[in-house]
Amino acid sequence: MKAAEKSTLFDRVVKATPGGEALAQCLQCGSCGGSCPSAVDMDHSPRALFAMINAGMEDEVLGSNTPWYCVSCYACTTRCPQNIPITDIMYTLKQMAVQRGHYDHPHAIKFSETFIGFVEQRGRGFEFGLATRYHLFHRPKQFLQPTQVFKMGAMGANMMRRQRLPVRPVSIREIDQLQAILAKAKVVAAKEMQA
Amino acid sequence: MSQKTYTYYPGCSLQHGNHAYEVSNRAVAKALGFELAEIDDWNCCGATEYFSLNRLPAYALVARNLARAADGGATEVVAPCSACFLNLYKTDKHMKLYPKLNDQVNEALGAGNLSYKPGTLKVRHLLEMIITDVGFDMLKDRTRRPLYGLNFAPYYGCLIARPDNVLDSTEQPTLMDQMIEVLGAKATDFHLKTFCCGGHMTQISEETAYGMIHRIIKNAVDSGADAIVTICPMCQMNLDVYQGYANDMFGTKYEIPVMFFTQVIGLALGLSPRELGFGQEFVNMSGLIDKIQSSPPPKAKAARRPKEALPMPVMPE
Repeated sequence: MKAAEKSTLFDRVVKATPGGEALAQCLQCGSCGGSCPSAVDMDHSPRALFAMINAGMEDEVLGSNTPWYCVSCYACTTRCPQNIPITDIMYTLKQMAVQRGHYDHPHAIKFSETFIGFVEQRGRGFEFGLATRYHLFHRPKQFLQPTQVFKMGAMGANMMRRQRLPVRPVSIREIDQLQAILAKAKVVAAKEMQA
Repeated sequence: MSQKTYTYYPGCSLQHGNHAYEVSNRAVAKALGFELAEIDDWNCCGATEYFSLNRLPAYALVARNLARAADGGATEVVAPCSACFLNLYKTDKHMKLYPKLNDQVNEALGAGNLSYKPGTLKVRHLLEMIITDVGFDMLKDRTRRPLYGLNFAPYYGCLIARPDNVLDSTEQPTLMDQMIEVLGAKATDFHLKTFCCGGHMTQISEETAYGMIHRIIKNAVDSGADAIVTICPMCQMNLDVYQGYANDMFGTKYEIPVMFFTQVIGLALGLSPRELGFGQEFVNMSGLIDKIQSSPPPKAKAARRPKEALPMPVMPE
């Protein structure tokens, strides 16, 4: 495929986001970054990221930690004078980073994947399974430090004592129906990706 | 109000880590004379996690709940969790706004012999429902134990105030403040009432999360609150369970209980702490009951000029 035929990063982000067309109207005012509670930990503010999307800096944008530090609080979205669905654009960027394969911020992705794994399997979230599986398999280095093991163990015990961490998962009755719906949705989503 | 039945979407968190919220919702519903009927065989809303990975299945996951509720003949659905509320609300709204998305979601639902016409259901948060449908008059009327002398920091969190204005403001809502005052307590001047609690960041980047949690707790304590009132299980979990961790990180010693708003209503209605699920919290809140006074505290007098102050300027005659 010639470079000219390939759609730009900007076009792909806009197309994949419901209401994403508004991104073309970005004023670069910085209200988003100023409103963001986790902006201090981001390597680019949302405003800078939008300028980078416009400039087609694909590697830098999809390698940025910015979307992964987004806490989905919508403070930027409500304050944006151009009504850009910023939180939804962050979701799009996360998906594009996952599809691209090599990402620099695996924790958030692994957490989401572990969470969704239980939902796809049982139809309900499962906090005990999520906490143990995620921390043991995806953050073993942090988790297996002696102080951390002790800390998390104490936390788990305290949660259990207060009956806040049931160890038995719950499943929905018609899990087949849910799995059929999700499988179909994935097929439809993949078809759209190719189009 | 006659015995009204609401279609109810409790969400996974209320069945697991925040059972106290479910217990108090049921107790308050019984005391106020309405019923909460769960959507038959509902599934998880996907929280913010599914939208981060694959958008269309995320919409379809939520839409299954909407379709099942609509099939059951409901016209509205009530969710007590802000994240569940927003996912249900947003899916319905986006399906209405974007016809292509609507077709795709319905194509997926078709695989499970379901379909959903956007706009069939009105998605509501339990707080908004109690304030609008039950109303302040009825709450005042049913109050058996006015919460005189208690100061509450009304904490709305993000996902009910934003992105759509379902309360009275996206920045500084006041509906829960008014509700607290109706119950006899005082709502403090709490500036970070819609600041985010950090969501899933406690699991991914502790420093980020504890920074946000510490800011909220410090602001609530500085506002003179005896307790924080939340309307979302995630907010309660972060502010209550991780309060000690945030203290460790910042070298502070805050100890402020974090209650669900239905627990506050229940206390005022005269229900017992056991009926309201007290005891699951990390920062003990039973002490609050002893702080309730028998009569309203005297109103603070307006500050007077100290005697030693310079005289006010006088207009020449």
